[in-house]
Amino acid sequence: MDFSIIAGNIDIYLEGLKNTLILVTISLAFGLIFAIPLAVLRTSGNQYVQAPIRAFVYFFRGTPLLVQMFLVYYGFGQFDLLKESFLWPLFKEAYFCALFTFSLNTCAYTTEIFRGAIVATPHGEIEAARAAGMSTFLMLRRIVLPSAFRRALPAYSNEIIFMLHGSALASVITIIDITGAARIVNSRFYSPYEAFLTAAAFYMTITFTFVFLIRRLEKRWHGHLQPADQSVTKIEAPV
Amino acid sequence: MFSLHGYGPSIFEGTILTLEVSLASLFIAIFLGMFGAMAKLSRSLVLSSLAKVYTTVIRGIPDLVLMLLVYFGGQVLINKLAPLAGYTAYIDINPFIAGISTIGFIFGAYMTETFRGAILAVNPGQLEAGYAYGMSGIQVFSRILLPQMVRHALPGFGNNWLVLVKTTALVSIIGLDDMVRKAGMAAGATRKPFTFYVVVAINYLLITTVSIYLLKYLEERYSVGVRRE
Repeated sequence: MDFSIIAGNIDIYLEGLKNTLILVTISLAFGLIFAIPLAVLRTSGNQYVQAPIRAFVYFFRGTPLLVQMFLVYYGFGQFDLLKESFLWPLFKEAYFCALFTFSLNTCAYTTEIFRGAIVATPHGEIEAARAAGMSTFLMLRRIVLPSAFRRALPAYSNEIIFMLHGSALASVITIIDITGAARIVNSRFYSPYEAFLTAAAFYMTITFTFVFLIRRLEKRWHGHLQPADQSVTKIEAPV
Repeated sequence: MFSLHGYGPSIFEGTILTLEVSLASLFIAIFLGMFGAMAKLSRSLVLSSLAKVYTTVIRGIPDLVLMLLVYFGGQVLINKLAPLAGYTAYIDINPFIAGISTIGFIFGAYMTETFRGAILAVNPGQLEAGYAYGMSGIQVFSRILLPQMVRHALPGFGNNWLVLVKTTALVSIIGLDDMVRKAGMAAGATRKPFTFYVVVAINYLLITTVSIYLLKYLEERYSVGVRRE
């Protein structure tokens, strides 16, 4: 194996790293912003509000991300109405299609995660909030959502990792993300090991940095659930 | 809009291939998962750390990158090794083998975690009792551990299966004629990509939905005789 190929082409990988990070962060941000109100409506709205959200989640969780991306990138071009509209310059771009699909996909998964977390709110907390005269909005803001966020954190951090891994699919529709960079280097030098192992190293570094950060966040947010730290209470006798 | 222009049978063939790839990968994943779980719980430090490295590495790398590594890397490896065995012609790696081994390898790691939890959920006293009766390791496994761990493993197992089926869509990228690729070809010929990808999406939803009902039935069967909380 000859990793000097990689050193000579590191700028392609850095470009890929930039694109991967942009794709993942923007998709996650949009997904999260829309998932919270959807999860609230999914748990408390009437059935006519719930049904379309349920269908949305069912579709995006039940089909492969690759097929969803092809539907948007290749499929939308089938409709002349869209092609003539002002949206076409956006949907013509692979980058926008990837962002659009990833956002919807992670939104569906996140909605389901938060739905589970909201449903798990203890009855007593809701009753207490009602008894204290809080409006539904105030109760959501002060009681339900803060505790739901904490409960959702482990599952949501998994979802973030899945989104990072899923973003590798963007390389299939010509975007140069980390995987795209590896495919370019592989086809240029016919060196699959160097190319893909480097990509794998990039992804592993991002994943584990992230897992480390989440663990610290969990320590902070779930501090009240952790066993008391023995090392703090141990008092050493001065020598 | 919903005419398939004669491509129905072709998509159907692709669906069959998708199912074949899924089941073959599942088989490998169960096998690796069982080994992985045993290794992770074993007293040997070497085995348990190997299993730990396996599950950690898989969690850190996207499935597409692994698949491309196995497909392209395997090709190079085989063509370097073959001359050593006296074989000189160029060998093309079979995308079916590359696909199922990669997906099997990835989900073997997830199955390892599922099975590990399931094994831990079985009361160790029962296993000890089995040994005390003079049963061999295989007998304890097949008579006591396996029937009871299935119940604990099923929810995680089902989840892994649902994700696995969707992951098989990736084999279309390394040139295997699964339903995604068949749909792509039909779309190219008819200029109706949306129609064909929607059909494929519906097929996936059908597979997923049937699986969910089947798994629910199995979960109920294996929970017979267990009191619900």
